[in-house]
Amino acid sequence: MSGERRCIITFSSVHHALKAEKILLQGGTKVTLIPVPREISSDCGIALEVPDGEETRIKGMLEENRVAVEGFHFLRR
Amino acid sequence: MGGDLVIYFDNAASSWPKPPEVISAMKHFMEDIGANPGRSGHRLSVEAARIVFDARERVAELFGSKDSSRIIFLMNGTQGMNLGIKGFLKAGDCVVVSSMEHNAVMRPLRRLEEKQGIKITFVPSQKSGQLDLDELKKALAKKVRLVIITHASNVTGGIMPIRDIGTLVKEKSNAMFMVDACQSVGSLPIDVDEMKIDLLAFTGHKGMLGPQGTGGLYIREGIELDTLMEGGTGSSSERDVQPDFLPDKYESGTMNTVGIAGLGAGVEFVMRMGVEKIREQEMHLTRMLMEGLSEIGGVEMYGPEDHEERIAICAFNLRGRDPAEVGLSLDRDFGIMCRVGLQCAPVAHKTIGTFPRGAVRFSLGYFNSETEVRSAVDTVKKVNRMGK
Repeated sequence: MSGERRCIITFSSVHHALKAEKILLQGGTKVTLIPVPREISSDCGIALEVPDGEETRIKGMLEENRVAVEGFHFLRR
Repeated sequence: MGGDLVIYFDNAASSWPKPPEVISAMKHFMEDIGANPGRSGHRLSVEAARIVFDARERVAELFGSKDSSRIIFLMNGTQGMNLGIKGFLKAGDCVVVSSMEHNAVMRPLRRLEEKQGIKITFVPSQKSGQLDLDELKKALAKKVRLVIITHASNVTGGIMPIRDIGTLVKEKSNAMFMVDACQSVGSLPIDVDEMKIDLLAFTGHKGMLGPQGTGGLYIREGIELDTLMEGGTGSSSERDVQPDFLPDKYESGTMNTVGIAGLGAGVEFVMRMGVEKIREQEMHLTRMLMEGLSEIGGVEMYGPEDHEERIAICAFNLRGRDPAEVGLSLDRDFGIMCRVGLQCAPVAHKTIGTFPRGAVRFSLGYFNSETEVRSAVDTVKKVNRMGK
């Protein structure tokens, strides 16, 4: 569907990206590891795409597990 | 496993053989992955990063730590000791150590003593090498910044009461507590929170059953260490200064990914078997070896008498014989691989009264057998007779 929003999380380190993936998967969140889209500037090379609209819950889970997030980004498809 | 003609009793220097899974994991990385972890977004780089991540998570679990970003992968235990010691201590600081420390602890400290005037206090030991908690209590003052104790001696195998020491250090001082776990990890349970450990140096190629060239340091949250090396980390590349987040801050340059692949498989094996079960097997063999050796006239044994106070190490001498000559005969004539001399720990040998001669050290591992222990005891009997 055109105009649909994508939620992308970036991390300062690959370690944190993989830790976030593990925690979110364990918590039953649908998550996909992707190369950082070119619209976003992030250096660690990989990012996580998560379902749009669940940022608050996801942020909470990551904070609780002390995973350092670089930023949440929203892209239009 | 192992060659037919060889009895390998040098596991405290490097464990061997390794579980087949360790070799398969390394082969898989070399044949199918090969890329640099965390440097690129392509799938092989991500696969490599995943191998490092999984190994880090397993090591953290083995140490009872929930945050694997506090596990720093380095080349060996010595680099872990150097990062902890030199990254933490400042000019004029006071350090307390046991009288059984390895040169991986002593040499960095002596260097700082020479260069920055740090002060080193040794806690006197009993003749067996075991630490005296009352003596430690006396050595702890408010101004002590770091206490470093080996979890188990690489010379006598003697286990230090790390839990009690950690409690005492926190009760009596403001010092950080650093543990050299190179000989114990994989053979003794470790819980960094329960044992109140702030810094823990480990090597990957002994009880963790990984390959040589792996090891590192656990750093408790809240402790800031200076870096000993700076460089590329694959992160924060827009900035030409070192990132301040872990593990990247302390892991500059391409890692030993093939080694870490093996280390991850080694730790998985240890956790599948269970540290308690490994300990049970190693103690069964150690008790047999100690009983066998103690029955030979002219054998002098060192370290705690009760095998439960040891890891799988037996250090001994044959009365009137040079340990180097005994070791040569054990290898050349009987195919027994062991280590003789000072085992990089002159301080420990001074403590137990075997300096500068040293001792013959048999160190067992999970893969040794009763047959090998019986055969080795018979061989020591023969070598003892030959010298008379």
